[in-house]
Amino acid sequence: MTTTINNVAVQCKGVTKVYGTGGTQVHALRGVDIDIHTNELMMMVGPSGSGKTTLISIIAGVLDRCGGECKVFGHDYQTMSNNEKANYRRKNIGFVFQMFNLLPTLTAAENVAVPLLINGVKRREAFERARSLLARVGMGDRTRSLPSQLSGGQQQRVAIARSLLHNPKLIVCDEPTSALDHVTGHKVMELLREVAVGPDRAFVVVTHDARIFEFADRIAKMDDGHIIDIKNAHRHSLPKKTP
Amino acid sequence: MNFVALKMLVGNRAKYLGIIVGLTFASLLITQQSAIFMGLMTRTFGFLSDTSIPDVWVMDPKVQYIDDLKPLKETESLRIRGIKGVAWAVPLYKGLLKARLPNGAFQTCIVVGLDDETLIGGPPTMLQGKLANLRQSDAIIVDGVAAKGRLANVTRDGKRVPLKIGDTMELNDHRAVVTGICEVSRTFQSQPVIYTTFSRSVAYAPPERKLMSFVMVKAKPGQDLHELCQRIRRTTGLAAYTKNDFKMLTVRYYLKYTGIPINFGITVCLGFIVGIAIAGQTFYNFTLDNIRYFGTLKAMGASSRLLLRMILLQATLVGSVGYGIGVGVASALGTLSGSTELSFYLPWQLLVFSATAVMLICAISAVVSMRTVLKLEPAIVFQN
Repeated sequence: MTTTINNVAVQCKGVTKVYGTGGTQVHALRGVDIDIHTNELMMMVGPSGSGKTTLISIIAGVLDRCGGECKVFGHDYQTMSNNEKANYRRKNIGFVFQMFNLLPTLTAAENVAVPLLINGVKRREAFERARSLLARVGMGDRTRSLPSQLSGGQQQRVAIARSLLHNPKLIVCDEPTSALDHVTGHKVMELLREVAVGPDRAFVVVTHDARIFEFADRIAKMDDGHIIDIKNAHRHSLPKKTP
Repeated sequence: MNFVALKMLVGNRAKYLGIIVGLTFASLLITQQSAIFMGLMTRTFGFLSDTSIPDVWVMDPKVQYIDDLKPLKETESLRIRGIKGVAWAVPLYKGLLKARLPNGAFQTCIVVGLDDETLIGGPPTMLQGKLANLRQSDAIIVDGVAAKGRLANVTRDGKRVPLKIGDTMELNDHRAVVTGICEVSRTFQSQPVIYTTFSRSVAYAPPERKLMSFVMVKAKPGQDLHELCQRIRRTTGLAAYTKNDFKMLTVRYYLKYTGIPINFGITVCLGFIVGIAIAGQTFYNFTLDNIRYFGTLKAMGASSRLLLRMILLQATLVGSVGYGIGVGVASALGTLSGSTELSFYLPWQLLVFSATAVMLICAISAVVSMRTVLKLEPAIVFQN
């Protein structure tokens, strides 16, 4: 069995990011080099303020870098207009947030359907696909529930379904388990591995939750705007998908 | 995404209702106060609207509005009859006279004296009796609202008995017999209107050298009215206006020399400001409350244009609902007050005006919200 581990999805070289100007400057990234491959779950870990979130923001195309190079599936956001970036994100990036960011007035199915609606898919088709994906993440019986009627774990399942529905090439997760208890966090990560990792997809998770490190293929350790170590994780229990 | 925009708005019940209440209040205030203002302005020329037959009104050149009476010599009507393009010209008396009611009370009334022969210029609608009854001795016709109200006979036990045909009163010490009850447009000062013949009205009026108020002129068929007015002015040295021009002269006087437009203008502005303050601020707060979700949509690839469209749709929805309820309540209040002294006139132009005002409030609110969303960095979604 072969994997596409050598297929580079994200390639960053010497990426820098500075917030503020003059005396209030903060160097969030001080020259980050990292490659992220398809069919792997890359975890970025490190203390608060180490630059993890800044780095995935740049990789996801929601934040401009100050220097260096960063290509996502061969595309450099810096050469794109805002509209082109939005268009790229719409089609290729899936997001999972720490606080889920589900629209509180939409039902679970409606929330999941949002990426398709943004992509201009008809409402009926989008809802059908959303319901079907919700069933796949074990939420088939809660499609009509509002986020306020769901537990944290259930909300994160909905958010995972939302990040996957438009079949993006890159999924970025920001602290997906930090608002969940240990057991729920474990289940969510199991689900993420099961449904999100794929041969044509790269998957980046930012976390400081050491309890979920076991789900990573590789772990990049960050500190003070640098990547200080990248190592392969020792996973034995969870299989990797074949193309 | 229209669906998402509407659910975001309607799903937040408290904010949604707050915006609707603000816009409804603004719409109600703007529409109702403007309609009352329009009603008042319409009343200023109510007498002209009731007297529909003449095409041209001739008067002293110094007359500024319909109730600004500067009498003419009666012979002026004869001169005018001889002017080219005039089909007929009849005199009209209009003046304020004191009426003494059967119970001894006094009431100032507008007395209108119609041409004895033709009775042209009479009330538009007769409720009881006939206009021709004015040919009877001492005959007068009184307006129905006054007959039940200010001219009604109040008995010793306080009961109000409406004036009816056959009742008598005194006009400036002259006997007058009610021979008909008519319906007229409310006047600006809401005084009772009494119709009689020209010769009788000048007999009722205090003696003056000149007593004719206006000459009412009918143009020959095909005659250009403005041309005829100019001809009358040139020939007689008097002022001559078409009916519409005379209405506008009257309205302009009230707009210029009374505080009415300022008072109503202030209230309408207040409605606008209240709309911006309540609805605008609530709408902006609604956007701020949802800024994380707008950021999420932006991160997920929603273009600025799409987000602006969503906000515009939300603003349009609350604007339409608020406007609809406000105008509906204003119309209902206007209908309910139809039989009272309150003046209320709601033409379609006023509906357009208040719709524009409400949409302007929404547009201002939306623009402020749009700026916030446009400036929003999608990276906000990763800030916890």
